Amino acid sequence: MPAFTRLTSRMIPLPIENIDTDQIIPARFLKTTDKTGLGDSLFADWRYDADGNPRPDFPLNQPQHAGAQILLAGDNFGCGSSREHAPWALIGYGFRAVISTRFADIFRSNALKNGLLPVIVDSETHQQLLSLVREEPGTEVTLDLETRMLVLPDGRQVAFPIDGFARHCLLHGVDQLGYLVEQMPQIEAYEAVNPARVNTLQPVSEHRVGTP
Amino acid sequence: MTDTTPRTLFDKIWASHVVSPQADDHPATLYIDLHLVHEVTSPQAFDELRQRGLRVRRPDRTLATMDHSTPTTPRSPAGVIPVTDALAAAQLEKLAANCNEFGIPLYRLGSENQGIVHVIGPEQGLTQPGMTIVCGDSHTSTHGAFGALAFGIGTSEVAHVLATQCLLQYKPKTMQVRVDGRLQPGVTAKDIILAVIAQIGIEGGTGHVIEYTGEAIRALNMEGRMTICNMSIEGGARAGMVAPDDTTFAYLAGRPYAPRGEAWERAVATWRMLPTDPGASYDQSVTLDATTLEPMITYGTNPGMGMPITGRVPDPAAIRDVSQRQALDKALVYMGLQPGQPLLGQKVDVVFVGSCTNSRISDLRAAAEIMRGRRVAEGVRMLVVPGSQQVKAQAEAEGLHEIFRAAGAEWREAGCSMCIAMNGDQLQPGQYAVSTSNRNFEGRQGKGGRTFLASPLTAAAAAVTGRITDVRSL
Repeated sequence: MPAFTRLTSRMIPLPIENIDTDQIIPARFLKTTDKTGLGDSLFADWRYDADGNPRPDFPLNQPQHAGAQILLAGDNFGCGSSREHAPWALIGYGFRAVISTRFADIFRSNALKNGLLPVIVDSETHQQLLSLVREEPGTEVTLDLETRMLVLPDGRQVAFPIDGFARHCLLHGVDQLGYLVEQMPQIEAYEAVNPARVNTLQPVSEHRVGTP
Repeated sequence: MTDTTPRTLFDKIWASHVVSPQADDHPATLYIDLHLVHEVTSPQAFDELRQRGLRVRRPDRTLATMDHSTPTTPRSPAGVIPVTDALAAAQLEKLAANCNEFGIPLYRLGSENQGIVHVIGPEQGLTQPGMTIVCGDSHTSTHGAFGALAFGIGTSEVAHVLATQCLLQYKPKTMQVRVDGRLQPGVTAKDIILAVIAQIGIEGGTGHVIEYTGEAIRALNMEGRMTICNMSIEGGARAGMVAPDDTTFAYLAGRPYAPRGEAWERAVATWRMLPTDPGASYDQSVTLDATTLEPMITYGTNPGMGMPITGRVPDPAAIRDVSQRQALDKALVYMGLQPGQPLLGQKVDVVFVGSCTNSRISDLRAAAEIMRGRRVAEGVRMLVVPGSQQVKAQAEAEGLHEIFRAAGAEWREAGCSMCIAMNGDQLQPGQYAVSTSNRNFEGRQGKGGRTFLASPLTAAAAAVTGRITDVRSL
C-alpha cells in the first residue's frame, strides 16, 4: 500500500448526498479480476453520455478541475455495496483523498486499506470548502495526516478524526494483512479452546427441506 | 468471578470471538466462524495470497458459490447453463480455479446447492446462532436473522479472512429497532424494513449493529427475519440481528450442516443463552408500530425514499435542508415523477421477484398466490428468479413454476439476476420496475432503469395489473 503523509491539492466538488458505490463504479464493470483499469469507469453513468462522450457539465470533465487529487463529496459518501472496486476506481482516476461530512462504514474501511484517505469534516467546514472551490477552482488545501489536520488557504487548521491504527498504517504504507499474520500464535491459541462450529468440507447429514 | 452486567446479543457474540482486544493504538482481532465467497469480490484476494505465498488458513470454514455474474437463462438439453459473456465466464472459471487450488468447497453454476450466497448459507444450516459470518457482499447482514454477527467486507478483508480467519475491527455501537404489535394482512417483513429505513434514513445506522426486537419480529418466520436483516445495510448498519428462539431452532433442525443428536441438544442449550439480557442497554433505540403499517413502496433513488403505497410523492419544496432538497429533486427527475402524485396507478414495464432479500420459498409462495389464475398484464415482463437451486426444486415440487408460467412470467435459474444486473438480466433505459430486491439506486437494475422497491405481494399485484397496485384491493 502506498504511504500517505501529506497532500496539497485542488478539490473536485461533487456535493451530492448519498453517493452510493453503484454510482462510483456501476456493477457492469465488476467482471474484472484485477484492481487496476477502473479509473476510466469511475462515475461512468454520470460522467459519460449515452454515446460514451464526456458530459461537459460533470465536474470530473471540466478542465479547471483536471489533475485534482481530492474529491469533495456530499454526506454519506460510499453507501451501498461493499465493492472495493469503488476505492480502486477513485485511486485509478487519480484521487488520493475524499472529503465528506460522513462515510459509509464499509467504504471507509475499504478506502483505508488502499491508501485513499477519507476525511470527515463538519458541515460548516464542508460548506466553506465548497464556497472556496466555487469562487476559485484553483484553491488548494493541505491534508496533513501526521497532525490529522486539514489546512485551509487562510492557514486555518481543522482537525479530522482517524483512528491511530489506520493512521499508522497509512503513514508508513503498512498493510493490515501483515499485522494480522503476525498474530498467528494468538489465533492458534483461540482455535485451541474454541472448537469449529461448522465444517464446510463435511456436512452432518443429507439435505432435507425444512420449514421457512 | 461471574460478570453479571446485562449484555446484548451483540455484546455476547463479540466477546466470544475476540482473539485480542482492541486498545488505543489498534483494533480488536475478531475470529470468523464462517467465510462465504463468490466470484465478484474474491479474485483479487486470492491473488494477494499467492503474491505473499500464503495459504487459505481454514478452507473448512469457507464456502464458495457462483451467483452474481451467473446467467439465469434456461439450461441446454444437456442440463448446462450457458455463460455467453466472456468476462463473466472468465470470472467464474477463476473462482473455480482458486477454490481448486486452495481446497475450498464450491457450489458451481447449476449444481444442486448453488444459489445466492445469502440464501445458501441458511438453507444448508451453515448459518447458526452465535457465529461470526462474513462475505465480500454488503447483504451478509442477512445471516443475522439467526442471531449471528454477520457483515459485509471488502476484498482486502476477504484476503485477511482467507489468510488468517480473522478480521481487524473496532467494536461498533448498538441500535435497537423494536417493532411492536402485529402486521395487518397484505403487509410483510419487506414492508417493515422499508418503513424502518424510511424512518431512520439510509445513514441512520452508520457505525451501529441493529438488533430487531418486538412482537412483530418474533412473529415472523426465519425467511421474513432474513428479509429484515438483509436490508440493515440500506439503513447504514453493517449488521442486523434477531435473537434466536424456537422459530430459529425449528428452521435449523435437520439441515445438512446443523448438529444432530446430542450435539444438537448441546448447541440449542448454548443458543438459548444468546438473547439480550433484561436490562441491557443499546446506544440508540427506535420503535415502530406494526399494526399501523401499510404495504410500502419506494419513490426515489435510495431505499430510504419509501412511503406507504397509498401515499403521495413528497414535495422537495417542503424540505428546508438545501442538500436534502436537491437530493429529492434529483431523484424525482431521474424517476420521472411529480411532487404530490400518488404512485398507485403508475404504469410499470418490468416486475422482478428475486434477490437475497426476497427469493426464498415463502416469497415465491406469496407471489404465486397472487398470480394463481391471473395473467401478467399486456406489455409487462415478469421475471421470477429463485434464490437457489434448492429453492427452485422446492418451488417446482409445489408446482409454483407452473403458476408463474401459466400467468406468462419467466421462471428462471437461480442467481442475483436483476438485483445487480451484471448477468444480462437488466432494465432498459427509462423502464419502470417493481422489484423485490434491495436497492433502487440510479442504474442499479440497468443503466437508466427506474426501480420501485416493494414486497413480493406488491410486485405480483403490479404484474397482473401492469400498474402499481395495493395488493389489498385485489
